[in-house]
Parts: sequence; C-alpha cells; structure tokens
Amino acid sequence: MSARSTADAVRAGERSARSVVEEHLAAIDAREDEIHAFNLVMADEALTQADDVDRRIAEGEDPGPLAGVPVALKDNLCTRGIDTTCGSRILEGWRPPYDATAVERLVAAGAVVIGKTNCDEFAMGSSTENSAFGPTRNPLDTSRVPGGSSGGSAAAVAAGFAPLALGSDTGGSIRQPAALCGTVGVKPTYGRVSRYGLVAFGSSLDQVGPFAASVEDAALLLEAIGGHDPRDSTSIPEASPDLLGVLGQGVEGLRIGIISELMGGPDQAASVEGIAEDVRARVEQAAEALAAAGATVEHASVPSTIYGLSAYYLIAPAEASSNLARFDGVRFGLRVDADTAPEMNTATRTAGFGDEVKRRIMLGTYALSAGYYDAYYGRSQKVRTLIQRDFSRAYESFDLLLSPTAPTTAFPLGDKTDDPMLMYLADVCTIPSNLAGHPAMSVPFGTGDDGLPVGVQVLAPALAEATMFRAAAVLEGTAP
Amino acid sequence: MPEKPRLNREDVAHVADLARLALTDDELDAFTGQLADVLDHAADLEALDLDGVPPMANPLPLVNVLRLDEPEPGTRADIRAEVLDAAPSVEDGRFRVPPVLGEAP
Repeated sequence: MSARSTADAVRAGERSARSVVEEHLAAIDAREDEIHAFNLVMADEALTQADDVDRRIAEGEDPGPLAGVPVALKDNLCTRGIDTTCGSRILEGWRPPYDATAVERLVAAGAVVIGKTNCDEFAMGSSTENSAFGPTRNPLDTSRVPGGSSGGSAAAVAAGFAPLALGSDTGGSIRQPAALCGTVGVKPTYGRVSRYGLVAFGSSLDQVGPFAASVEDAALLLEAIGGHDPRDSTSIPEASPDLLGVLGQGVEGLRIGIISELMGGPDQAASVEGIAEDVRARVEQAAEALAAAGATVEHASVPSTIYGLSAYYLIAPAEASSNLARFDGVRFGLRVDADTAPEMNTATRTAGFGDEVKRRIMLGTYALSAGYYDAYYGRSQKVRTLIQRDFSRAYESFDLLLSPTAPTTAFPLGDKTDDPMLMYLADVCTIPSNLAGHPAMSVPFGTGDDGLPVGVQVLAPALAEATMFRAAAVLEGTAP
Repeated sequence: MPEKPRLNREDVAHVADLARLALTDDELDAFTGQLADVLDHAADLEALDLDGVPPMANPLPLVNVLRLDEPEPGTRADIRAEVLDAAPSVEDGRFRVPPVLGEAP
C-alpha cells in the first residue's frame, strides 16, 4: 500500500495508525536480522506516536497529509532524546537535545518515526560498508550492497520496512542507493530542504531528501519537508513546491538532453569511464520512452562534468575536515581519557573514527594546508564554477537532463572495500548535481543483465523540481 | 601542482598530527598509498585553464542572515542541562576537560 493511500485511509478513519505501524514492525521482525537496515528500531515510540494520531482522528482533528505513515530516518538526522550515531563510534551514547527541522515537519504532518537507519560513517561511502555497526545488505540480493551512504534508508523502503525514508545526499548518497535498491530517491535543490539538525559532512553540498517506492510518494514526502527554515542560513526563502499537482502533466513539449559525458559510450569523445553497457542501454530506452510521450530528446554536452569526481573528492573532504573537527571528546559522545586535552582529543578521534572518515579528514586537511591550498582546494572551487556554468549553458537548450544514476547495478559486498578510489567512482554520475546545487532524482527503470534494478537519473536546474517530477512520473509509468 | 611524489609518508604523518589522529606504521603506509591515488586521479584538473575563473564556495549567492540575539519563543528553559547531559564529562554546569596548557598535573 502506498504512503499516500495509507495516509488517506488513516485520515478517513478506515484503518488505524496503530495497525499500520504494527504491520511494518512485523515486516521488520521478519527480515531485519538478514538486512540490517536499522541502527535503532523505535517500536515503542512509534506505537505511542501512532496512538496519538489515532486519538486525534477520534477527536475530529486532521493529523496531516502523512497521517499514520511510518518513516525511517537516516541516523545522521537529529532526533531529540534518541541516539543519533551517524554510523560512528564517536557519537555512541549521544542523544541530541533537538529534532532536525525535516523530522519536526514530518511529525507535524502526522508521520510516525519508526527507526534510525544505518549509513556509512558520517555519510562517507557508497555501499554502507563503512558503518561502525556493520554493513546493510540489499533486500533484493543479500550478497550485494544496498549502495550508500543512505543504504539503510534505501533498504528499509525496498524491504517494505517503511513506505518512506529520509536520507542525505552530499555526492549521490540518496540517488545511488535508491538506484541499487530499486526505489525512487531525490536530491532536492541545495537550500530547498533545511539542513538544521542534519549532522554536517560537506556543508555546501549536503541536502536532505526522500526515498519512496513511487514517484507520487516521493513527491508527498518532499512537499512535507521542503520550504524555508529560518534556522538554516542557506535555506531558500521559498515555499515547498507543489509536486503532487503536476505529476499527471506529462512531458509533451519538454526538451530533454542525454548527458553524453556521463554515458561512457565508445562513440563519446570525452566521457567518464566505467558505465556498464546494460545500464547505458536502459538510459537510452528511458530516453525513447520520454520521446514517445512527447518530449524532444537529444544528446546534450556538459563537458566539465568529467572533472566532477576529482573536484568533489577534494572539496567534500576539505569541508568534512573542518566540520568533523567538532568531534574532539568534549561536547558529544565518546571520550578516551588522557593527561592533557590535546592527547585526549587525539585518543578520542583515533578510537572513534573509522578508516574512511580518517582518510577524508586527512585528505581535506592536506588539500587545505599551507602550500597546497591553491593547487587543490582553490583549483577545485574554480572547476566547480565551470561545472555550474556548463549546466547553465545546457539548460538554455534543455528543460531537463538525463543520465545513469550509478555506473553499475548493485555490486557484491567487499568488492571495493580495499580500493577507496574504485568505490568513489560509484558517484561519478551523481556528483555534478551536488557541485552545482541542482536537484536530481533516480527513478527505477528496468533491470540490468543480472536482474537487479537500474536507476535513471533525471537532472533539473535549480528549483525546477516540479518539471523533474513530471518526467519521473512518465518514466515510472513506462518502465519495463 | 606539486612535483612527484604527490605526497609521502611524512606528509601524511604531518596531516594526521594536524587533524589529531594517531596512526600506526601500517596505517601510515596504507593511507599514504590511498591518498596518493586520489591525488593522482585529481591530476586531470591540472590541464584545465582556470585563469580568470572565480572560485565557487557555495551554490547559492549567499548573503549574511541576521536576526535579533534573543531566545526564540518556545526555547526550553532546560536546554542548557540537556546539552550538558549529552557531553562525556561536566562539572558545575560546564564541559570538563583535561589541562589544555602547561604541565599535566
């Protein structure tokens, strides 16, 4: 049952929020041992919240558009009084004194928080194998990763543990796991959803966004969490977009471009490498479906996207090295005692952070250090300008752009853990949107040769989520 | 861009120290190779002509956002206690840390 029809049934008094939550807790009981989507299942809290929704309905109130719908939250979203680990030992035992704005808005819309989902430590990874609490497995094939870093949220939706989930996307951490688990995943325009209460990784790149089993449910969720928030200085002063109202509008007359540089075909002069043939074929098929629905589809060139990966893996670590300086054993979670404060800081960080986080902190510290700042960080920031300019130029001729979400379908656990650079390549198609601050979403579109889902990425200019969702709805309706 | 090698063991030991991380010898070897791989990949940026291109720190044209320095309505009176409760060590309503300056006791 979709989130939207569940909420409608609860609001109409046709079923209780408690029964909805119980049904999902039973689904979690049945398969969670095998999947490990959650760091924390909040069964008691969820039932209490559901009872509150039911009581309000009995009293004639309308709890809101998400009435009684269970939502799973990535464990880097702050929840008051509830463990928020970011998949890290360093935050063990820390309970935030406040809720993230996105969480607050969900609850205000009647949703029920059902648990905190597993993720790569501090959202750094593409497979959810970097969690201090062990990996999450792909519900469609448990020998495969769910993608990452929001792998627990993607897996929770794919396994039917929750109809909706929130993740965060700094370089693809919503869209890539959505593609690998066969769900819809959306990275909104930078500034569309408040980052207040999202534990920071790369502050100029991070964005909270929805996972859902359908485009309509993703629209429902994004409408609920979007819109201006005075507590985030980078929040765009606009109301949340109307998305549900445009889903049926189709793509007639829209101009859609396939990004040549992200297709990796042998006929492309300059393109990223590693795009699998079966993935490319699905994106071409998706383009044909959009053309058949009345869009004009052509190849588009966004030349500097091929430099996105290099620029991102200097900019994001640089921001992370600064953001993660706050985890020093003083204010949050873990402390490893020592005789002096600097020794205590070092002992705590050494014990509390995993290898990938240490790698990125060091890479960022290096890129920002004296003598290397201009060569690495400064240069990457200029490349970021080029990428945004190239997108702007492409959007003079196109309303939307199209590409693969991930280069391949879900890969086996352990496949890339020994080679960080190989793992980073999983984000090659998703990173450019974060650098530009644009919205992009992944829509399931058929399967690869291995029978596992392929995600097609729809990219849009800043604040054009409504147009993006129109194309996503057409792709969903025509998916093989 | 710096001449080869892009970074060596001593560079990694230095940044680890700046970032307050202690590494074993084995970790130092492994991280040096892995960080060099990332920097090698980033070598593709060297060929770009970036003269006159302004750096971009954020996707939005940011302006300072100001508000009055007053508690928001609804700010909880017990918030200070909750924040302190979440810390590993407190004393007299403050975060407690080992000595920062001078000799350890």
